[in-house]
Parts: sequence; structure tokens; C-alpha cells
Amino acid sequence: MELLEAIILSVLAASTPLLLAATGELVTERSGVLNLGVEGMMIVGAACGFGGAWLSGSTTVGAICGIAAGTLLSLIFALMTLGLAVNQVATGLALTILGVGLSGLIGAGFVGERITPAPHLHIPGLTDIPLVGRILFGEDAFVYLSLALVIGVWLFLYRTRAGLVLRAAGDNHVSAHALGYPVLRIRLFAVMFGGACAGLGGAYLPLAYTPFFIPGMTAGRGWIALALVVFASWRPGRLVIGAYLFGAVTILQLHAQAFSLGIPSQFMSALPYLATVIVLVLISRARTGGSTAPAALGTVFVPDR
Amino acid sequence: MRKILIAATAVMIAAAASLSGASAADKLKVGFIYLGPVGDFGWTYQHEVARQALVKEFGDKIETTYLENVSEGPDAERSIEQLVRAGNKLIFTTSFGYMDPTLKVAKKYPDVHFEHATGFKSDKNMGIYNGRFYEGRYIQGIIAGKMSKAGVLGYIASFPIPEVIMGINATILGAQTVNPNIKVKIIWANTWFDPGKEADAAKALLDQGADVIMQHTDSPAAMQIASERGKLAFGQDSEMIKFGPKTQLTSIIDNWAPYYIDRVKAELDGKWTTDNVWGGLKSKMVVMAPYTNMPDDVKKMAMDTEAAIIAGKLFPFKCPIVDQTGKTVECKGGDHLDDGQVLGMNFYVKGIDDKIPGK
Repeated sequence: MELLEAIILSVLAASTPLLLAATGELVTERSGVLNLGVEGMMIVGAACGFGGAWLSGSTTVGAICGIAAGTLLSLIFALMTLGLAVNQVATGLALTILGVGLSGLIGAGFVGERITPAPHLHIPGLTDIPLVGRILFGEDAFVYLSLALVIGVWLFLYRTRAGLVLRAAGDNHVSAHALGYPVLRIRLFAVMFGGACAGLGGAYLPLAYTPFFIPGMTAGRGWIALALVVFASWRPGRLVIGAYLFGAVTILQLHAQAFSLGIPSQFMSALPYLATVIVLVLISRARTGGSTAPAALGTVFVPDR
Repeated sequence: MRKILIAATAVMIAAAASLSGASAADKLKVGFIYLGPVGDFGWTYQHEVARQALVKEFGDKIETTYLENVSEGPDAERSIEQLVRAGNKLIFTTSFGYMDPTLKVAKKYPDVHFEHATGFKSDKNMGIYNGRFYEGRYIQGIIAGKMSKAGVLGYIASFPIPEVIMGINATILGAQTVNPNIKVKIIWANTWFDPGKEADAAKALLDQGADVIMQHTDSPAAMQIASERGKLAFGQDSEMIKFGPKTQLTSIIDNWAPYYIDRVKAELDGKWTTDNVWGGLKSKMVVMAPYTNMPDDVKKMAMDTEAAIIAGKLFPFKCPIVDQTGKTVECKGGDHLDDGQVLGMNFYVKGIDDKIPGK
């Protein structure tokens, strides 16, 4: 039972950066903008998050620095794609290249430094409940924050007028514009939200996961976050399933190896990707079927004045 | 997608390098291909340290360029060729997976000299160099065997290639000399560098009862997890004691600088010829970090073993070597396995309850 608890704790930690970044990207894409720069925003968030925490000694300051860095980088993307109507795919890819380089530059000064990892919560009474206590009340705050964020996004998208307008901008920007909604401003906020979440997801790595900064430490998690949005068919609920499923299979395959079950490790390493694809395909088949992508995703919008 | 990006980055860096290099035609240009980022604090970092030693040694006589984050595979060939086109005359390709790409480019450009790390294919303009890291692993095995209370070691491996398998075997052979019942749990990360995954692997090994962690991946993540849990670990490739002052027992440090200086000197003197160097503790290509966080008797044991290996009195793969199936391995090197057998090692020794992936 102790092992099970340890596994679940590892899964929560492994899934959190993916969930944070993917939630932001989901909102961005729902507004009709495809930002492929998630990896770049995450790694810059990691570098700045670590820098902030290292200089101030505070995880909270680090998290704020990560969020700010991701947002700033997303503003470059917004300027290019919304302001100058440049191709979104090319700009997003360039943003990742920029971010990877920039993070190395920012992080050069503190490679090899250590910080105290984000504290784990301890609520007297609740955290000490056997089995579920540490899982529900004993992880670092980011884990619960990421879940609250998804719930918040779900409420916003499906239960508020603003959310409805954002989805309208993503499905048909011409109509939304004709109805008098400020499409570009909506998209700007969505892109910034995506940047903030990616920055926070990136910052989670050096602040809580492995408390040091190394260039390239996101190791492709931004791309996985992007893929999760597609697999979740742009729905927040499925995003949680996807992220935790991916995290669970990632951790379980490591444990299966340590038990030496004799399954080739190459297959085990591919398993998280395989399992995520299969399960999410099954879910989307069973419910609605067909494409659920925002209709205007990735298209440039220039309002006629 | 990532590969395209990395290739694009590499091409841009190479293009920039070729532009800036046009004015310095008389300098010897030396190029490097790195697997990870120079700040990985492991494998690539040590090559970068050696490159900086070159710059310090030769100053204005040479000009060095490096491409980092070059993935093993088709991208490597393009990157190596970019370095050739940029005018580099001596090129170090610093990972096993660059072997075939390097050979291909070497055949195409017979005037350029190549040095490939840790492989087994060479040519008249392509030399090989490698460290006998297994000597250090054997010492670590002895320390681990002594220090593990549970009698279970956790081993984070990268890819099932002979280099990694010989390291696992050397560790177990060393550990068996002090604890015949030692067990090892092995996790293949299938990557050289992913701090998050390395940390996850370390957590999984500790959760399953291992209390000494060893790794053949490049970041200090595992060391840091062991430190958090109050367990012990070995560093990898470089000094990692910063990440676990009360955790690191020792670390195998790759010391490439003397070799690089030697080869660049030969190139400058016009005396470069192809070679095949496999240097160990004796030639100081492999160096052990200070033995820390262990009692004096274990420390002495480690130092005595190191001295015996340097003196040529002790061979980690001394015969008889018995494989997992109980079969005694043919002994081609007299009283120990010969280099060819070690370099092509594709079996586990007796005492490892696991299977090599894909076998």
C-alpha cells in the first residue's frame, strides 16, 4: 500500500507541468490561435522561475517570475501573429527556438545552483489520514493549483458569457467581429493566458520537481502539452484525464522495469504515448465523434475597418 | 518536430560560425559536436571543459566551434558536414550514436580529421577515443556493496549498448566481492538527458527498496532525489557533490583535456594519424572524485582497489566470468577478458535478475 501511495504521488508530480501548460494552450487554441511555442515559453519560465526563487529564496516569487516570463514571451507571439498577421505555425516554431536559446542565456548564471524545493502542504489532521491524506492534502501547492485552474477554465468556457464569446472568436472570427466583439483583443488575452500557464508549468520543474536549473530541462514537455490539447479534443475535462493518464503510464512503466517483468524497455518507454492516444481516441469515438477543433484554429484574422 | 528545430538551430549556428570564421583562415579550426546542452553538468559539460582547456592551451593558434543538442541520427550527419564546410580541420564527435554519421562524412572528406568518442569504427582519417569507465564502476560497486543496508542497488541506465551493459556488469562484479547476495534493480530511461524522467526513475527505484542509486544518464536529478530522501548515490561524468553534499559517495569524472590537447598538438605539427585510445584510471582519462560520506575502512578499500587497477594488478573483468545462464565466458585476454570482448559486451553476468531489453 505504501508503494501505491508513492506511485500516486509521483504520478501527480509528473502530470502537473503538462496539465498547467496544456490548460493554457487549450484556452489559446479555443480562441482560434495555434501557439506552437509552448516548449519555448516553458523553458524560459523554468529559467526565470528558478532565477527568481534563487535570488529571493521564495518559491512564490519564483512562480510569479515564471508566469511573467511566459507571458512576456507570448506577447512577442501576439505582436507577430495578431498585430502583424504573420503565419502562426512559423511564429510558434520560431518562439520555441528563441525560448530555448534565451533560457540558456538567462540560466547561464545559475546553472549548478540549488534551491529549496517547494514545500509540501501539511494540514494537521487531514494530511495524516492514512492512504489518502498525503495524496489529497500533502503534495506541493502547484498540484492542487493546476486542478483548480482546469475547473476555473471549464467554468469560464462553458458557464460564462465571456467564455462563450471566446469560443465564438475561435470558431468563426468573421461572425464574432460582425457582432461587434473585439476578436483581436480576446485573442490577445487568450495568448497571454496561454503564456502565463506555460511559464508556470515550466517553472514547476525547477521549483518543485528537480530543484536546479539545467538548459533543456523541459525535454519536450511543451510538445506533449500541445499534443494533449489535441487528444483532449479541446475539452478541459478530457485534458485532466489525458495528462494524468500520460503521467501514470510514464511512472508505472518505470516501476514495471524495476520489478523486472521482462518487457522490453523500449516498448515501455513508448507506452505513455501509445496509451494516451488509444484511450483518448476511444473516448472521443464513444461520445460525439468527428472533429471538435475550433473552426478558425490557426487562421489569421485581419479586421476590415 | 523537435528534430527539425534542433537541425534548424544547428544549421543557423554553423552558418554563423562560417561567416565569423572567414577572416581567420590561418588558424586551425577545431569543431565539436555535443549531444546535450553544455550546461548539463554531466557528459557534454565535461567535453566543454576540455574544449575550454584547449582554448587556454593554444590561444590564438586555434579557433573552436561547437554545436550542442545535436541528436543522434540523420541530423548528426548534417551537423558534422556543416562543421566541415565551415572550415574545421579536426572534428570531435562526442557520442556513441555519431559513429556511422561521422564515418560517412569522413569518407566524403579525406582531408579532414575526425575523432569519435566511445565507438568502434575507425578509418584512416577517423580516430577513436574512449574512457575505461568500467574501472570506476567496479570501484563504485565495491563501495555500494559495502554501503547498501538493504543489499539492493538502483541503477538508472540509458540505452542497452555495450558501454552501458559493461558498466552494470562491472558494478555487480565489484559489489559481489564484498556482498555475494547483492541485488540490482535496473530502469532503462531510454534517454541520455531528461532531468524529470531521471528523477522519476530514481524515485521508483527508492520506492522499491533500493538505497544506493547509480546512473548512466547525464543530469544530477537522481543525485538530488537521493539527497532529498536521505539515501546515497554516485555522481556521473562530473563532480556532482554540490547536488548532494551528504549523498555523493564518489563520481566517475571524464577527463578529456589531456587527450584533446595531445591531438590538437599533433594536428598543428602535421603529425596527426588515426588512433584508437582507450584510456582508464592509469592514463587519467577517467578520474575518481574524492571518496566521501563513507566510513574509513570503505574509503581505504576503494583507494586500494583504485591503486591496484592503476598498477595493472586488478582487472574488473578477471576470469572466470560467468554469465546469467551459468555459462563461463571464454577468456581471450589471458587472465581477464580482452578489450574486444568488453567493448562488445552484450550479456549480463550471474547475479543480475533481469533481462537486457530487446534480447
